[in-house]
Amino acid sequence: MLRLDHVSKTYRTGSLGRGRLTAVRDVSLELRPGEVLSVIGESGSGKSTIGRMILRLLLPTAGSITYDETDIGALHRGALKDYYRNVQGVFQDPFSSYNPIFKADRIFSILHAEFFPRVDADEWRQRVHEALESVGLNPRDCLHKFPHQLSGGQLQRLLIARALLLDIRYLVADEIISMLDASTRIDVLNLLADLKARGLGILFITHDLSLGNYISDTTLILRHGCIVEMGATEKVFGNPRHPYTQDLLASVPLLHEKWRRDSAKAPTVTRLPEQAEAPPLVHVEDDHLVAAG
Amino acid sequence: MALHVEDLRVYYRTLAGDVKALDGVTFEVADGEIMGLAGESGCGKSTLGKSLIRLDGRMRYVSGHTVLDGEELPIWDDAAMNAFRFRRVSIVPQYAMSALNPTRRIGRMIHELLRSRGVDPHRAQPELERRLELVGLDPGVLGLYPIELSGGMKQRVVMVISTLLDPSLLIADEITSALDVSTQKAVAQTLVEIRDRGFVKSMIFITHDLAVLYQVADTILVMYAGKLAEKAPADEIVANPRHPYTRLLVSSLPEVGVRYAEKELTGIPGRPPSLLDPPSGCRFRHRCPLATAQCEQEPPWVEEDGRGVACWEASKAPTATEPLVGNAR
Repeated sequence: MLRLDHVSKTYRTGSLGRGRLTAVRDVSLELRPGEVLSVIGESGSGKSTIGRMILRLLLPTAGSITYDETDIGALHRGALKDYYRNVQGVFQDPFSSYNPIFKADRIFSILHAEFFPRVDADEWRQRVHEALESVGLNPRDCLHKFPHQLSGGQLQRLLIARALLLDIRYLVADEIISMLDASTRIDVLNLLADLKARGLGILFITHDLSLGNYISDTTLILRHGCIVEMGATEKVFGNPRHPYTQDLLASVPLLHEKWRRDSAKAPTVTRLPEQAEAPPLVHVEDDHLVAAG
Repeated sequence: MALHVEDLRVYYRTLAGDVKALDGVTFEVADGEIMGLAGESGCGKSTLGKSLIRLDGRMRYVSGHTVLDGEELPIWDDAAMNAFRFRRVSIVPQYAMSALNPTRRIGRMIHELLRSRGVDPHRAQPELERRLELVGLDPGVLGLYPIELSGGMKQRVVMVISTLLDPSLLIADEITSALDVSTQKAVAQTLVEIRDRGFVKSMIFITHDLAVLYQVADTILVMYAGKLAEKAPADEIVANPRHPYTRLLVSSLPEVGVRYAEKELTGIPGRPPSLLDPPSGCRFRHRCPLATAQCEQEPPWVEEDGRGVACWEASKAPTATEPLVGNAR
């Protein structure tokens, strides 16, 4: 189980790091195998920071992140490498995840050299082909090609295939389909659902409420780094209790229903004071927590 | 008729040859109409928007006419177009940040811009302030630098600047794509407001997001691989699409309320063809579940009841409503 316990993250900003910017405040969550947890928030809400902390690209300022009871902040060298065999991430822009000078399948040979030096070339090729097929790619179409010769959806699926080669148990998917076209988007989303059915735990970070609603079991709404509402997806979307969640849902453009014309006013951007504490979460019903106040 | 585009062809010059990004496009935009332009990346929708205001260095005008309010736009002549830009045709680009000069306060930047167009900035000032208030901005923003504004505020500032001289046609290119949902709603509704108040006569709103388009557009034009696929009133495109591409596209969109566990949506298999050497006939036929031998010939643009479609099958049986399923991979 992947578990965040009262995690906060404060960035230093400005010259000489004198400024402070608190991106995540007192967030606790649990992710189990076979579960999709959506972290939904607008830009600046701290959702990507949470993903980066889980991938240990950033260390939390307070609180702890544990993977099967081990604090990941204490992992080094071999132990950290083992952690990365289990937890991997895929990010928003597939084109900047690749080095344009090399062929896209270089991500597999790096993986081979780094993690599986004892596996011989033939067997490795076999494994790559299996991984590609499991993400719905034809090896002939996407191996030995440069990134610019492949579509965004193909590149994104190659990255997921790379993560699968490591026998991962958890995947951090940070806005992985935001840059894809509508016609291929849904295929990558269905692939995630398929991986979940095979027992993968997925942290699905998105700003798009309809995508989160489509795929996740549990939803977490984030604002200014604080959890606003959290619980089973059908409860958060079906019965939103917090005014912020209700506002977000009212702003989502729908295909068969027009926006109400009453509130053309843009939200006022307010930042919480640096010292402000996250409001406590209150149980409103089974598996549904809402921030108080 | 505010805008009339006739058989417009604009290609990109590349080392490998011409990329036929816009390959014979004919349509009209009526006075007071907000026309949505939808399609996947690389279908030519942004090329169309850019062609109407400025061809960049890689773009080559091949043929066709664009007539705005009865006057031909000399889109092939960069210098002659200057008389039209900003006064008659204006654009709101996708990234407002890169449209504003980061080293100038916004007010000063607007003054410089107006002076360069021969407009007295002091006479325009009251109208500028009135319009800023209208889009929900304090005139105090004129004393700020762009970096001090949020993304949505910058986008609205650019919208006010672009429409300050009451152009006839406004092109809005993916202006809501980089914004959060609540800001997106405010910006999109401001666009409608700008049209309703008559600051612009007509508008082309380009986005890949059909759901946003449905909220603001009167009509929607769907493009595929450099050609028109379908044009119809927004309600019709969403509720009763005729072109197989539009039908598959609409049915692949997840909406709030649709969940994987209950209803699995499917995408459209395959990729759009390369526009370096586009296939003859219908360009969607390799991905189309309805394709027949006839589709090897170019489908004609058939217009009836105020909507048009370029598809042999759709124009034969316009009432087909059974759900389409994409070809197997």
